[in-house]
Amino acid sequence: MSSVDAHERAAVESALHRFGHEPGPLLVVLHAVQDALGFIPEAAIPQIAEALNLSRAEVHGVVTFYHYFRTRPHGKRVVQVCRAEACQARGGAALEAHAQARLGVGFDETSADGAVTLEAVYCLGNCATGPSIRVDGRMHSHVTPERFDALTGPRRAQ
Amino acid sequence: MTVRVFVPKDATALSVGADEVASALAAQAGARVEIVRTGSRGLFWLEPLVEVATPAGRVGYGPVGAADVAGLIAAGLLEGRDHPLKVGLVESHPYLKSQQRLTFARVGVVDPASVADFVAHGGYRGLERALAMSPADIVKAVTDSGLRGRGGAAFPTGIKWKTVLDQNAHQKYVTCNADEGDSGTFADRMLMEGDPLTLIEGMTIAGLAVGATQGYIYCRVEYPEAIAALKTAIAAAHAAGYLGANIRGSGKRFELGVRVGAGAYICGEETSMLESLEGKRGEVRVRPPLPAIKGLFGQPTIVNNVISLATVPVILEKGADHYKNFGVGRSLGTIPLQLAGNLKRGGLVERAFGVSLREVLETYGGGSASGRPLKAVQIGGPLGAYVPASQFDTPLDYESLAAIGAMLGHGGIVAFDDTVDMARMARYAFEFCAIESCGKCTPCRIGSTRGVNVIDNLLAGQAPEVQRRLLEELCETMIQGSLCGLGGMAPFPVQSALKHFPEEFAPRTPEPRPAGPKGKPSHVRH
Repeated sequence: MSSVDAHERAAVESALHRFGHEPGPLLVVLHAVQDALGFIPEAAIPQIAEALNLSRAEVHGVVTFYHYFRTRPHGKRVVQVCRAEACQARGGAALEAHAQARLGVGFDETSADGAVTLEAVYCLGNCATGPSIRVDGRMHSHVTPERFDALTGPRRAQ
Repeated sequence: MTVRVFVPKDATALSVGADEVASALAAQAGARVEIVRTGSRGLFWLEPLVEVATPAGRVGYGPVGAADVAGLIAAGLLEGRDHPLKVGLVESHPYLKSQQRLTFARVGVVDPASVADFVAHGGYRGLERALAMSPADIVKAVTDSGLRGRGGAAFPTGIKWKTVLDQNAHQKYVTCNADEGDSGTFADRMLMEGDPLTLIEGMTIAGLAVGATQGYIYCRVEYPEAIAALKTAIAAAHAAGYLGANIRGSGKRFELGVRVGAGAYICGEETSMLESLEGKRGEVRVRPPLPAIKGLFGQPTIVNNVISLATVPVILEKGADHYKNFGVGRSLGTIPLQLAGNLKRGGLVERAFGVSLREVLETYGGGSASGRPLKAVQIGGPLGAYVPASQFDTPLDYESLAAIGAMLGHGGIVAFDDTVDMARMARYAFEFCAIESCGKCTPCRIGSTRGVNVIDNLLAGQAPEVQRRLLEELCETMIQGSLCGLGGMAPFPVQSALKHFPEEFAPRTPEPRPAGPKGKPSHVRH
């Protein structure tokens, strides 16, 4: 386990300072850390555990239970593709295959050059206008493979 | 004088360019317009649907792209004049006019951030009544209305509230389950984005009814626009004296916070949600004790879905009798149906229980978006049964759907055309359960993964008769043995697909396997 750098430590301290007093604070604190850093450094788990009077195992257990929390930095671009039924009903499965082939990564993977992270999501609540994707926080409807390419930028160098 | 122009900032509207339309309007119409950002009316094929206030009513244009704005203004948009994109008076549109919007009456109409606009459209009348009532009378009104939990379990809301009211405790809680994870559902999202104050009002009434002074809305992280709308509305309600230590000078206290989920479908299950609210892994609790007796932090707790709580204000305002005049049998009131998947006119349709599935799919949905025949619909999310076209005349109420082995759930209807591969959808049901299982009980954790294997083996023609029997037994084991509805209901789509489309489970020649994180543990990190 690597150690946290000063920037990460400060972000975690700030999250603990702001939300550590809330009832049942762990998820709130983890959100604040991920909002600040884009991920939750594994090396910060002892710091969080100590401040909240929890065991490291408890904090680790929570971080790894939830799909949303990441323990490594995401790529420069984050592409989320909905895999749920309503999108499948409108060509979602073909889009899933296209997304992986186009970006050269599987779901929940980041490309080796750090350019893009591809994530599977299970419903964005945009079920009348699918298939749906979210690129860097922005949701798009009616995503065909061609639109996917336009929305996620030019093909990366392999 | 400026003209009021309404542009949705609902997440679906944003996904098709509503912000760009609002910007173009602001740039090109300038001082002549006041742009109000609303929720969506739920006519999603018309989004972005721009509405203009005229003396005759709100006139709609849609779907409007940013590039259409100049032409629309030139054609007389601000006076409600004709244009190819004009849809006419929005409230006279057949899709809306034939609905019975009680819970969704203000969604798409009001400015979700404005208490004044909310009150001007009838908001907080239910709370004003509740403030003059005893807790027992509030609970009685909710019980008498026949309201049942709209999250999917359809448990009578008033009975749950009565249990919490009857507990002696120094602290009680009202929690709102806004972890709307079912595919094909977006009613909670639309309500939170378009009329969050109705939810806040409903939760405040719930607090008064059971003596709870603290509420939490547990909203899924996939809904950033809803989270922002809730936070804004809570602050506005506080500032206007509708939340806090002394609600409208009554001496009654109610505080409300928003907590954000982290991508776990299981947290839509009530005890898992409570664990998550406490900052823990979202593992299901064994019941009893019920959350109404020992819930959040061990205290008596109401756990209700967004739509259940947002329906309470209209019940208090207009009376239990008014509400229960809608619906049929033991399915009283209205249900916001969500038309999703392969439909021409997807959107939100709030109707009294008992409307037929066919009417919803054809009259509202307009048939498939692809133009091909509809083959099946999945009702009630990923744990809901597939209903074949031969059963489309079924009325949509709890009892009629139960009679055909289906369920209404949270009211999502996902339509599939005749290209759908039902064996693959059955396989996906297990795959989804494997990805989202909390892992606490074996039938769900192991059964879902085994289910994927068995379907793969079945389709590969490996002793198909044995596999089919295994599959049936596996479904029974999960239904009977799982701790909660995830493992207990994931077999429903599988069983319904097997029952209605048995021929699709015949061994087939190998084809490329569907893409996805198949075979991976569910919480792999990148």
